[in-house]
Amino acid sequence: MTTYAAKRLLGLIPVLLGISVLVFVITRVVPADPALLMLGERATPEARAELRQRLGLDQPLFFNVAAFADSGNPLALFDSQYFLFVGSLLRGDLGRSYFTRSDVLESLLQRFPATIELTLAAMAFAVLLGVPAGVLAALHRGRTVDTVVLFLALSGVSLPVFWLAIMLINVFAVNLGWLPSTGRLDLITSLDFKPITGLYVLDALLQGKPQVARSALEHLVLPGITLGTIPMAVVVRMTRSAMLEALGQDYVRTAEAKGLSSWGVVMKHALRNALPPVVTVVGLSFGSLLSGAILTETIFAWPGIGRWVYDAINARDYPIVQGGVLLVAVVFVVVNLLVDLSYAVIDPRIQYS
Amino acid sequence: MSLGSAAALESAGARRGNPVLTTLRRILRSTTGRTGLAIVAFVVGASLLAPVLAPYDARVDRDLERARLPPSLEHPFGTDELGRDTFTRVWHGGRVSLSVGLVAVGLAAVVGSLIGLLAGYFGGRLDIAVGWLVDILLAFPGILLAIAIVATLGPNLTNALLAISITQVPIYVRITRSVVLGLREAEYVQAARALGSGTPRVMFGHVLPNSLSPIIVQLTLSVGVAILDVAALGFLGLGAQPPVPEWGLLIREGYRQASRAPWLSVFPGLAIFVSVVGFNLLGDAIRDALDPRLRRA
Repeated sequence: MTTYAAKRLLGLIPVLLGISVLVFVITRVVPADPALLMLGERATPEARAELRQRLGLDQPLFFNVAAFADSGNPLALFDSQYFLFVGSLLRGDLGRSYFTRSDVLESLLQRFPATIELTLAAMAFAVLLGVPAGVLAALHRGRTVDTVVLFLALSGVSLPVFWLAIMLINVFAVNLGWLPSTGRLDLITSLDFKPITGLYVLDALLQGKPQVARSALEHLVLPGITLGTIPMAVVVRMTRSAMLEALGQDYVRTAEAKGLSSWGVVMKHALRNALPPVVTVVGLSFGSLLSGAILTETIFAWPGIGRWVYDAINARDYPIVQGGVLLVAVVFVVVNLLVDLSYAVIDPRIQYS
Repeated sequence: MSLGSAAALESAGARRGNPVLTTLRRILRSTTGRTGLAIVAFVVGASLLAPVLAPYDARVDRDLERARLPPSLEHPFGTDELGRDTFTRVWHGGRVSLSVGLVAVGLAAVVGSLIGLLAGYFGGRLDIAVGWLVDILLAFPGILLAIAIVATLGPNLTNALLAISITQVPIYVRITRSVVLGLREAEYVQAARALGSGTPRVMFGHVLPNSLSPIIVQLTLSVGVAILDVAALGFLGLGAQPPVPEWGLLIREGYRQASRAPWLSVFPGLAIFVSVVGFNLLGDAIRDALDPRLRRA
């Protein structure tokens, strides 16, 4: 197991390297000149050239062949924009916003808790609705309940998420007025609230402020449902098929033959054995939740990284786009690896060699 | 060995009839298949017939005196802020959204399966390099890579199509590669080689045709995803640009007036939903028809 984990961790290195090359190519080899974006149209060519030099943009993109030919020093080859970029990455430096000059990594980490809280709410929705629905469908296989649940799952993967968001806002926020549709807190409750972890519900509970926790929860409902719809559908399908498989096993029949109540058989024997694939699916959906957050956060004015990256795209603030995309991809790869490794913990039958 | 020959016998049996017809018959026999096919035929048909069905012009027929009318017999989906008929715009939008989705997936399937075929057939360093590239592309979850690409290339429909296509390529590479790896040493492939067929002939005449089933299944299932992605990019302002009547863009435009004229965002969204449901059902049915091992429940 340890050797396997170490091997997989080593395998991450070329992928992470590739991610850095791809993100570099996408955000650097752009038609727009950063110096022009930062200084504006009226800056003199000299000023722009100076800024380009200061940012290292006058260096070659990948390999500095000219410097190598001049000096004969092989290290001079790496005197290029890409290796400069990787060098600062390794130092934890994601650069600064072109416009606000704020540190990208710092700002990302500041906004990350909002996205995490939204993601957790979406996962909670997916699991709390998806698992019971999947179990129900499996128990009533081929009957009306099954058809309804399967249609629910099909709808979940077929709905345009942003459209669902608009419909939810229209019905529950605008027409019925039950739930808020923007932000994380009511203005009034937010006045004397100082977050600690950035997960507002948790912070409010820790500080003994039920009013704030309630407001934070209410703000989570609509965006959480929106973001959780696709994973919910996936969880339903996975739970249903895993349950069907478990229900057909000999040990379930044995448990029934022993005279256990059907509730006990379903919960203790079938569901427990059906859970590992469901846990896997939930874990693997984490990454797509992060990227889905771009749409959801934009519509619900949720101050997380998705909305921030979207705004940066419109402003052509490439360091932010670069940092945001990089962060999501790295988190995605790492979480997937952890999910893979956790198989062995959840399901002791699996042995890695 | 015995498994392999059983499968060979079965596929030989299927080939006695026309395989396309056999598959079609199987699809039509399932409720899922019939429903999916009917829905797809409906949305594709309505989009194709848009110029006939919808009496107005999708872009230029403006009439400010008839702006933001709710749905009526004359305007079944209402009118927008410029007095354009939403019914017309939605079905003309279908021409844009469906064709972009289909072309993006088709392009990805052709490019991806070619790369997968080469990597799986030749193996070696090429295979390692391709595997690495696929891993990297798959490290970007969902629509993120497409958003990043469009953000760089500039927001328009062609770039959105390319971006979505690029994000789908790795899936086809993986699928084709894994099938080809198994087929490379199959007896009929070895026989073809022994009979003196050249590499291109073996690859395109024997290996590729026999790996088509999983590619076709993936193709149908990813059309829905592509339609959703095209719409998402359009909604974010990163895809089609006004006045093109693309579904995601229609929702974006309707969204700003969601409380005054909800029909503007409701109908294009329903059109997307119905189309994607149709393609997903059809995809499920094709998967069941082509792969009997997957036929369950």
